[in-house]
Amino acid sequence: MDWLNAGVQGVLLGGQYSLLACGLSLIFGVMRIVNLAHGVLAVLAAYLSLVLVQQGLPLWLAVVVVVPVFAVLGYAVQRGLFNPALAQVRGSDSARQGSRGAGELAPLLVSFGVAVALTSLLQEVFSADTRKIPTGDLASAGVPLGPLSVGLLPLITLVVAAAVIAAVQVFLARTATGRAMRAVADDAGAAAMYGVDPRHTYAVATALAFATLALAGVFVGMSTQFSPGYGDLVLLFAFEAVIIGGLGSLWGTLLGGIVLGLAQTIGAQIDPQSGVLAGHLVFLAVLVVRPGGLLPRSVPA
Amino acid sequence: MSVLEVAGLEVRYGDLLAVDGVGLTLAEGETLAVLGANGAGKSTLLAALAGTHLPTAGTVLLDGDPVTRVPAHRRVRRGIALVPEGRRLFPSLTVEENLLMGRYPRRFGPWDLRAVYDVFPHVAEIRDRRGGVLSGGQQQAVAIGRALLTNPRVLLLDEVSLGLAPSVVTQIYDAVRRITAEGTTALVVEQDLDQALRVADRVQCLLGGRTVLEAPAAGLDREAVADAYFGIAAAPTPAPAPRPTEA
Repeated sequence: MDWLNAGVQGVLLGGQYSLLACGLSLIFGVMRIVNLAHGVLAVLAAYLSLVLVQQGLPLWLAVVVVVPVFAVLGYAVQRGLFNPALAQVRGSDSARQGSRGAGELAPLLVSFGVAVALTSLLQEVFSADTRKIPTGDLASAGVPLGPLSVGLLPLITLVVAAAVIAAVQVFLARTATGRAMRAVADDAGAAAMYGVDPRHTYAVATALAFATLALAGVFVGMSTQFSPGYGDLVLLFAFEAVIIGGLGSLWGTLLGGIVLGLAQTIGAQIDPQSGVLAGHLVFLAVLVVRPGGLLPRSVPA
Repeated sequence: MSVLEVAGLEVRYGDLLAVDGVGLTLAEGETLAVLGANGAGKSTLLAALAGTHLPTAGTVLLDGDPVTRVPAHRRVRRGIALVPEGRRLFPSLTVEENLLMGRYPRRFGPWDLRAVYDVFPHVAEIRDRRGGVLSGGQQQAVAIGRALLTNPRVLLLDEVSLGLAPSVVTQIYDAVRRITAEGTTALVVEQDLDQALRVADRVQCLLGGRTVLEAPAAGLDREAVADAYFGIAAAPTPAPAPRPTEA
């Protein structure tokens, strides 16, 4: 019974990790950027929702505000920061030939800069105290599932994660913009020959990624005590979920999140202190045995 | 009025002046073959016409409007489509998705999926395969189809024969003949003189980034072309062109 419970809790926890990892996976899949600011941005979304809720907004309305705000922020961050960094990697002939700039590492370093600056800023504004978004009785509500009682909030998180990933997948597979995004991921220069503006398309991808990340951040903020430094842990778990599932594959990311959640809860069942460690060990094992991840790259790229 | 009018075009790669003052005109429905050896500046010329590499001097007029500095993704919406050297299909997209990228610039006209499948029937049979797993000939057919779906005012074809078996090259040029015969204005860059002459109304030879010969394709003096190719006299005459199998 305890093992069954650990398994169910692991899958539910995996839902949160998958939702967190979706945006990271999307940005990597389309642009080959590892966005190190991913975790702290999710925490920023949690703080923003907290402030709105404290101002008296209902939580659902806070989400309706924060998600589009993050989409706009994502578009702006891509145009203003990531695109210039990407231009150093691929861009003009002169930049490629010159030794100035950070080359391949430029986007990674820019995202690192955003991460540390934003963490400091959050500490300045909100202090290092831990907070939690008040949810009334949602966080403690349970639904009976056979012999078990399952938390309502984790269940909602898992359902939302699966729905978001399915929606992004359908968008990429079935719409002209999604097709253009995959084309840009394959060959940005050739995509430009067919009317796709890579800089705009990258920005749309990042806007979408930031929207999913904001949603994930709100769910984290509802279920967990968070502080400005909590973004590091968020980034770590999201990154592990992406790698376990397979880089650039969104269904893989869903699977990777669930595998990571299972490893952590089952590990904790074996030894209460070792849950997170078990997650890291599974991550390491996947890297050694299947460096490409559990699911091969499908879409994008 | 000419569909495409280029004057005094100068294109550089770093310090290298790859195209040095080239001019050309393309009338409606006409096919021009640009010939020349490796490094003559042919592909660079096409890159400047398609907007993937902007020129340092000169003008490009499309239907009388200047597009010289317009970037590639906006130029294709104006009606210049490039079939690039090396085909550059999107490897993770299916054949049909590759073709549909030609619709992204939203230029609709006679070329739709059905029309492309009519010209390249074997492409219809592989429509669900990924672009990355095709043979060179299949890739070339898809790349040309993708460009046609933009319903271009001018179709630019870069070294269509490169890396393909001779029989495949002949098939591809059969299709190009049908496409240009239906009135598509085209500029063909080619090293294979025989294939180029099958489709061209006029030829223009480049050497060292400059135009060294302009002549109608009919009754072309092959020795003059060979001279122009290499910038020397007394080059060997190429073998006679195979007769086209259809009118």
